[in-house]
Amino acid sequence: MTASTTLSLFDIVALRREFPILNQSVNGKALAFLDSAASSQKPRRVIDCLEDYYRRYNANVHRGIYRLSEEATFAFERARGKVARFINARSQREIVFVRNTTEAINLVARSWGDANLREGDRILLSIMEHHSNLVPWQMLAQRTGAKLEFLPIDGEGRLVLDNLDAQLEGVRLVAITQQSNVLGTINPVAEIARRAHAVGALVLVDGAQSVPHMPVDVQALDIDFLAFSGHKMCGPTGIGVLWGRRAILDQMPPFLGGGSMIKVVGLYESTYADVPARFEAGTPAIAEAIALGEAVDFLQEIGMDRIHAHERELLGYALERLREVKGLRVYGPTTTEMRGSAVSFTLDGVHPHDVAAVLDSEGIAVRAGHHCAQPLHAHYNIPATTRASFYLYNIPEEVDRLVAALHKARTLFG
Amino acid sequence: MDDLYRELILEHYKHPRRRGRLDHPDISAEEHNPLCGDRVRIDLRIENGIITDARFDGRGCAISQAAASMLTDEIVGMPVEQAKRFSKEQLLTLIGIPLSHNPVRIKCALLPLKTLKAGLYGVGHAPQDDEIE
Repeated sequence: MTASTTLSLFDIVALRREFPILNQSVNGKALAFLDSAASSQKPRRVIDCLEDYYRRYNANVHRGIYRLSEEATFAFERARGKVARFINARSQREIVFVRNTTEAINLVARSWGDANLREGDRILLSIMEHHSNLVPWQMLAQRTGAKLEFLPIDGEGRLVLDNLDAQLEGVRLVAITQQSNVLGTINPVAEIARRAHAVGALVLVDGAQSVPHMPVDVQALDIDFLAFSGHKMCGPTGIGVLWGRRAILDQMPPFLGGGSMIKVVGLYESTYADVPARFEAGTPAIAEAIALGEAVDFLQEIGMDRIHAHERELLGYALERLREVKGLRVYGPTTTEMRGSAVSFTLDGVHPHDVAAVLDSEGIAVRAGHHCAQPLHAHYNIPATTRASFYLYNIPEEVDRLVAALHKARTLFG
Repeated sequence: MDDLYRELILEHYKHPRRRGRLDHPDISAEEHNPLCGDRVRIDLRIENGIITDARFDGRGCAISQAAASMLTDEIVGMPVEQAKRFSKEQLLTLIGIPLSHNPVRIKCALLPLKTLKAGLYGVGHAPQDDEIE
C-alpha cells in the first residue's frame, strides 16, 4: 500500500483546514499531531461556539427569568439532546453532564456502588483498564469490602473470555473499556454485557477511546452505563458524559450535594431532583456542554462510520510500515480487526521518552509513558511505551514521517 | 534536539560509569518518576563523613540514566555535608543541557539528585521536590 492509494473517504485537505492548530510548524517542521488518544484537536466551529456563548448569551442555566438565561438553558439542554441521539440513548434524561470520563466513573462508584455493594460482592474489570476505570473501584472495594476480579489478556492483547462465566460468579458489576487506550484492542462489550446480565450483574463501559472513533449505540450494546469525555472527540476540556439506564439512574442517590440537584431544601434535610439534575450539582460547564453538542454535530455530519473507516486505513498502513523499523515491537493486536488506531510500541535500546523527544524534534507529537495503565505495562514488564494515535484529520504522510523519525532515533542511539 | 542529546549524554547513556550495586552499602535509596516509570537506585559507601564509593542502578530515559552516571561519578570523594547541598543548578551544569524551560524532562534529569538526597537525608526527610528544583 502506498500513501496515495488511501483516503478517498472525505476531502481530507478541506477537513484539515477546519482545525486551525494543525496549520503550524513545530521545531521548524509541519506539526504532525499523533496524540489524539490523549486529547483531540478542535475544529474552528467548536472554538467559535465557545466564543459565541461568552460573547452573546453568557448566563447561568435553569435559573434566570430573562432572555439570555433562557437562551443559554435552551442551548445547554439542546446539547444534551444531541449527545443522547449520538449514542442512541432512549431519552436525554439519561445524559448526565460531568467533567470527564473519570468523574463519570467515580459518580457511579460513589453513588451506585456505595448504595448497592456489600462485603464479598465482586466487581469484574480487566487488566487493560485505564487508571480511571480501576482506581475508583479499588476505592469502592476498600469502602465496602467488595472484591476485584480481572479478565486476563492473550498474546495479541485481546481479552480472554474462556472463563468469563466462572469469573462472573458473585459479580455485581462489570466495568470494562470498549477500546484500550494503550493496545487499541476493541472489546466485545455486547457479548460481555449479555453474559453479565445473565447473572444479574450491571455493565459499565469506559467509552473514552471508543465513542470518539466509532459508532456507539447504547441500546444495541445493551449496557447499563457509558462514560466518555468531550475533549477526546473534538469538544472542549471540562465536559464529559455519564449515560445510564433511566431505571438505574432513578434509583441512585446523589453524588455531590448543592445547587440544582434539589427539590426542597430545609435546614436539616432536603429532597433531591429527578435525574439528570440530581447528579449535576452546581453551575455546570455551560459553554463546554454547548460546544460538545457542536462537536457531536461536526462528527455526525462526517459520519462515525467514515471516521472509523478512515482511521482503520491509517492504522493498517501504520502497522505495515512500522514492521520496517528494526527492533520495534507493537503492543496489542497486529491486524486492524477489532482494533482502534492507538499504536503503542517500544524500540530496542531507546527509552520511550527519548523516542518521543526525537519525534518532537521532527515536529511529531506522540505520547510516551505508561498512559495511565501501569498494571498493563507491568504485565508486559516494561516501564513505558511510546504511543502514536490517529484521528479523522491524520494522513498517511504523517505515518511516513513517523517511520522516518523512528529510523533516525535508532541511528542516534544505536 | 542536538541540545538535548549532546555527545556527553549519549556517551554516559551508552557507557555508564558507575552502573551496578555495592555490597553492603552504607546508604541505599531508590526513587521513581511516576510520570514516566523511570527508576533510579543509588548505593553509597561512606567513611569518616566522605562518600568513598557510589553506584547507580535503574532504568529510564537517556537523560535520567546519564544524569545518574554523571552524578555518581561527581560525588565520589565528596563530604556528605557538601553532597547534601548539591543543587539543581549544579546538576544541570554538570550534565550541560538546557532543561530549565522543559518541565517534563527536567524531572528526568533531577531524579538521580532526588534519589541521592533521599539517601543522605533519610526517607521522608529529604527536601521536597520544589526545594530541589
